[in-house]
Amino acid sequence: MKEELLRRILSSYKGRKRDLIPILQAVQANFGRLPEEAMLRIARFIGIPESEVYSVASFYTQFRLTPLGRKHVTACRGTACHIRGAPHILREIEKAIGIKEGEVTSDLEYSLETVACIGCCALAPCIRLNRDVYGEMTPEKVKELFPASDEGEQDVQ
Amino acid sequence: MSNRRCTILVCQGTGCISGGAEQIFSSLEEEMARLNLEESVQIKRTGCHGFCQRGPLVIIEPESIFYSKVKLDDVPDIAQSFLPGGKPLEHLFYHDPVTGEPIPHYGDIPFYNKQERIVLRNCGHIDPEDIGDFLALGGYEALRKALFDKTPEQVIEEVKRSGLRGLGGAGFPTGRKWEACRMAPGEEKYVICNGDEGDPGAFQDRSTMEGDPHSVLEGMIIAGYAIGAKKGFIYVRAEYPLAVKRLKIAIAQAREEGFLGKDILGSGFDFDIEIFQGAGAFVCGESTALVLSIQGKRGMPKPLPRPRTAEMGLWDKPTLLNNVKTFANIPLIINRGWEWFASRGTEKSKGTAIFSLTGKVANCGLIEVPMGVTLREIIYDIGGGIPGEKAFKAVQTGGPSGGCLPASFLDMPVDFDSLVTAGSMMGSGGMVVMDEDTCMVDVARYFLDFTRRESCGQCIPCRLGTEQMFEVLDDITKGRGRPEDIDLLLELSDAIAHGSLCALGKTAPNPVLTTIRYFRDEYEAHIDEKRCPAGVCRELTKEKS
Repeated sequence: MKEELLRRILSSYKGRKRDLIPILQAVQANFGRLPEEAMLRIARFIGIPESEVYSVASFYTQFRLTPLGRKHVTACRGTACHIRGAPHILREIEKAIGIKEGEVTSDLEYSLETVACIGCCALAPCIRLNRDVYGEMTPEKVKELFPASDEGEQDVQ
Repeated sequence: MSNRRCTILVCQGTGCISGGAEQIFSSLEEEMARLNLEESVQIKRTGCHGFCQRGPLVIIEPESIFYSKVKLDDVPDIAQSFLPGGKPLEHLFYHDPVTGEPIPHYGDIPFYNKQERIVLRNCGHIDPEDIGDFLALGGYEALRKALFDKTPEQVIEEVKRSGLRGLGGAGFPTGRKWEACRMAPGEEKYVICNGDEGDPGAFQDRSTMEGDPHSVLEGMIIAGYAIGAKKGFIYVRAEYPLAVKRLKIAIAQAREEGFLGKDILGSGFDFDIEIFQGAGAFVCGESTALVLSIQGKRGMPKPLPRPRTAEMGLWDKPTLLNNVKTFANIPLIINRGWEWFASRGTEKSKGTAIFSLTGKVANCGLIEVPMGVTLREIIYDIGGGIPGEKAFKAVQTGGPSGGCLPASFLDMPVDFDSLVTAGSMMGSGGMVVMDEDTCMVDVARYFLDFTRRESCGQCIPCRLGTEQMFEVLDDITKGRGRPEDIDLLLELSDAIAHGSLCALGKTAPNPVLTTIRYFRDEYEAHIDEKRCPAGVCRELTKEKS
């Protein structure tokens, strides 16, 4: 199944060196991350050393080796967001979903990362939940978006 | 088609979408159909109007009535207002924050009427997914003019004379770059549009690509003709999915209409454009890094001395790399002539400047002003001043490569050179206003945190220097500052600025240098009194209480 999907992704490229980043993006879009086997296959497909694929994958912030949560939270740490309290919002989100920046919950429900700038600076501070942007965030809005899970409540006890 | 009486423009910029503009659009369509108003009222989706903070925005033409903060619940009332005897809805008008007076018309709102929206003229007024809208406003006429009335040399001459400058640190003259690329030997050449916008705090490229993608394409095609290229790339950051989507649509439409592809408009000129999605690296704003990134490599700048990208760029071929705004200006210059363009702005900075005005300012959004307006006009007249009766402290321009300017610069005319003289820069056009509740040491720490993360790691001054500067700043904000730290920061700044390989490192100390230069007392309060005057640094405010 996954093998087939990977084959199909690769077959839509010519295997030129310049295809590397678009292929990595397509694989990540479909698999949620860059699995090691996929990177090996990409290296063979393009005809470059595996280390080079890894070198590119680890250089750009977009790429990840670990899976995302079903609800992927991106907290903006752009300048406008920072000035308007983004660090505080990030702490609130970490509290609400129980993981730190860069982590994924063990049940893969949530993942949390920060990003340089979402480009919605006029609505700072803003965050993104999957594809949707939420602006003018407040601790109350964080609580609405991320209601405390049962597990979280037990942790508090 | 145009026997319709009114048009409702519903902004579908990223900001307004986050406020529910998509639902408002579809609900309006349903409601108009229900009231049998489809014939007399047209509903249109547009790109960003710029006044993102007041979104979702709805504008009614031809009267130019401006509704802000529109909610889904308002839709039935809006629809009803188009029935015979219906009146505009006063509660949706923009209300002047000072007088409380309602301002019904778009052009009367201070946020808009002090601006000169030239590059952004179409943003918010046309449907970015419909080439017909763009054509109706004279779109692609500049391309026709360039292809049939001008030689490539004449096009370059026009751009040179206009005085248009690029958005890199020094504001390099665009025409000279084009000329260098045309003169560079080689059959194969490339045009690249930099839409990566890695600067945190800036979204003008995003809005232009989302709101008026064809202007960017038209500028690129003209550039291709001028320098003799057949192929162009738009490098867009992956965080901008809507920009990617709209550019894809625009490219397909332009191909269909014969503005892109083989034998454009029968002129014999071939040119096509491909989108490349960046994968997230601030350093790819540097030309040699961006080019390597398209080639499928790590985006690491090439060491000096090296040939210029205009001579040896993508796959070692001559490559013209300009920003989104630069390309969007080109059709205007060709259509209206260099004299028109050069008559705007200051002596050495022509045309307009686009800023993403954000932070502690009443009216946040995307603004376009003639070069040479003062910071005070931008922040107080257009931006509406500092909310909450707080005092202005500083304005940050140019992102991580720029600096923070204090109140004494408020009456400085803003252009490329004045900003550099003051220790900052134009850069990608971020303008973040800070009030008395902003800690300048924390701001410096914030920027160094950014640059140390984004350093490509290739050269030691940048890799280790930004890290060490960050640690010193972190210590100061946590109450562990030592009296010699300020001198240490200055010394490190000097070493990094002189020793780094590319502009990321060379400019990384700017936020630190300007905050020390203009706000030294805040550093001293942190270090000597273990006190954060703005009450931001948690460790220090805790100690105080």
